[in-house]
Amino acid sequence: MENKIRVLIAKPGLDGHDKGAKIVALALRDAGFEVIYTGLHQTLEQIIAIATQEAVDVIGLSIMSGAHLPICRKLLAMMIKKGLPDIRLVVGGVIPFQDIPALKQMGVAAVFPGGTSFEDINSGMKALFEKER
Amino acid sequence: MGVAKYIKDERGQIKEVTYQSGIKIKPSYGPEDLERAGFSYEKDLGAPGEYPFTRSLHPQSYRSRAWTTRQYTGFGTPEETNERFKLMIANGQNGLNVAFDLPTQMGYDSDHPLAQGEVGRVGMAIDSLKDFETAFAGIPLDRIGSGLTINAVATIMMAMYQAVAEKFGYSKDQISVTPQNDILKEMIGRGAWIYPVEHGVRLVGDSIAYAVKELPKSNPVSICGYHIRESGATPAQEIAYAFEIAKAYIDNVTARGIAPEAFVGRFSFNFNVYGNMWEQIAKFRAARKLWAKMLKNEYGVTDKKNLFLRGLFGGGGSGLTKEQPENNIMRGAYYALGAALSGAQTTALCSFDEAYTIPTPRSALLSLRTLELLMDEVGMRDTVDPLAGSYFVETLTLEMEEKILEEMQAVQSLGGMVACISNGLIQRKISRQAYEFEKGLQAGVYKKVGLSSALTDKISGKEPDQTNVELHAHNEKWAETSCANLKELRATRDGQAVANSLAALEKAAKGSDNVMPYLVNCCHAYATVGEMAGVFRQVFGEWNEPEFY
Repeated sequence: MENKIRVLIAKPGLDGHDKGAKIVALALRDAGFEVIYTGLHQTLEQIIAIATQEAVDVIGLSIMSGAHLPICRKLLAMMIKKGLPDIRLVVGGVIPFQDIPALKQMGVAAVFPGGTSFEDINSGMKALFEKER
Repeated sequence: MGVAKYIKDERGQIKEVTYQSGIKIKPSYGPEDLERAGFSYEKDLGAPGEYPFTRSLHPQSYRSRAWTTRQYTGFGTPEETNERFKLMIANGQNGLNVAFDLPTQMGYDSDHPLAQGEVGRVGMAIDSLKDFETAFAGIPLDRIGSGLTINAVATIMMAMYQAVAEKFGYSKDQISVTPQNDILKEMIGRGAWIYPVEHGVRLVGDSIAYAVKELPKSNPVSICGYHIRESGATPAQEIAYAFEIAKAYIDNVTARGIAPEAFVGRFSFNFNVYGNMWEQIAKFRAARKLWAKMLKNEYGVTDKKNLFLRGLFGGGGSGLTKEQPENNIMRGAYYALGAALSGAQTTALCSFDEAYTIPTPRSALLSLRTLELLMDEVGMRDTVDPLAGSYFVETLTLEMEEKILEEMQAVQSLGGMVACISNGLIQRKISRQAYEFEKGLQAGVYKKVGLSSALTDKISGKEPDQTNVELHAHNEKWAETSCANLKELRATRDGQAVANSLAALEKAAKGSDNVMPYLVNCCHAYATVGEMAGVFRQVFGEWNEPEFY
């Protein structure tokens, strides 16, 4: 049996709207992923620490406040600095379509704006690992 | 269809309808339904403005006064928010509903590392009284009441509002401030909590006890079923959980030797208009009645005005779609119609672009006009509670009452709301419900118009439709301005006065003194939000969120 993909669903920063994060966590778990949820109000340092400790394959950020561009930029830089370039970063939440190219360009592996179906998130996540597994 | 479950036969005819709260709807209703339910006009409705207020709080309702409109407003610096406040007031809005940025909501100053990227983003950045002086400049605080959407640090903002009013020459008995101040709902949904449950509830209790004595026109707490509903609760749970939260606050204040009669009249509520319209109407009517009955029977409240379920019925965020955003304009109008038919005293609508952005002036005004249309054009002010006596609406109202009571009893049997939140029971329950609902929506069990055609577009490779959504631009300069102002403030204020006021606050927080007067002193001394919240952080600690699986 193949190994389950390990996902860390994380709520960075101060935003407390966690319905999206929680239901995506439940959906991914039902779809066969191993899911860890950080809980609210996490610093990027805390997220990196949990990701390292739990040896996750993906970090999924849920961001509703509009701060997705600076947060992703900073986290990606930290991941490189900490020697975690293999962890994929994906992001969901209130993400305007206009911002998707910028996110992809900086190294976000996939973007799932609010309203993306569970099926699309599921297949989008699996596609990230298709080549290796 | 919609949020309700519909079972259809092979020809597409509707066979069975079940609302979210679990009530089955019949194809038609008649006098026999009311009879079966034991409906009595005197007992279940009463005249408008009479106990149990099912029909209306006031005998003339909208004839005497149209609803108060309070669009949620605030972004960027206090200057910018002040400008938007003035725009909304110039356009007929009669109360403010103030949005704060996340650092402010979480008790951090704009120059705190955790504030990075968030300053001024989802509301205005407030660091000290200086910022309130700018934000409320030129606003007649004796005529315009302000709702402050702030919870964990509501005591601080309420004190600051009093301080700014005093600074402007108003006395504290002239002002009307309604901080949201409902920390328990933050722990269920919305997530802007800081301190552990018992300390959070103590702060709410302090602000209520203080307002009773010192702020006669203010409403110290606005209990929000709203966000609980947004987080996945059914309409019946929305009301039930809000009432159970209210009871936790009542118990805290009563334990200080203050009788419920002295303060429950100051409670207000914030409920959601999203969902099936009939279910919402029945919910609001049942809620008014149950609140009055509960206060009278369980708390011995007798003064009529203290039995009123006052509040804002509005919003509707969960119903809005990112796809075909213009549809949200119509959705908002129907939600508002439901609120008007329920006799909402105060209202506000989510703007059509909120799935994307902070509303632009154009979309915020569109919401305001939608609300105005109902009052001034369509006829909602003509007569009180126009649906009263409808076989369907009255039957449904009685059934909603039953459902709400069942949900309240479920919480009580598990030890009450504080226990249910501390152990995460409620959070897990509604997260699961939200997940099940979302699955149903994606499977087509529930329906949002425009969603399925958007899916079709996607399959055929068309770009998602987001015409005419103009994005609110975030300005990185806001943070620079706020941080520069803070630096200047720290250099120019009387440091000794700040230190003394904070030391006194710490002593009050450690003991059992009401923290409010100490906070007012801190504000006048220009202590920052981060400093005051920091004192509480040190004394109370922070809450550990229970596991949600």
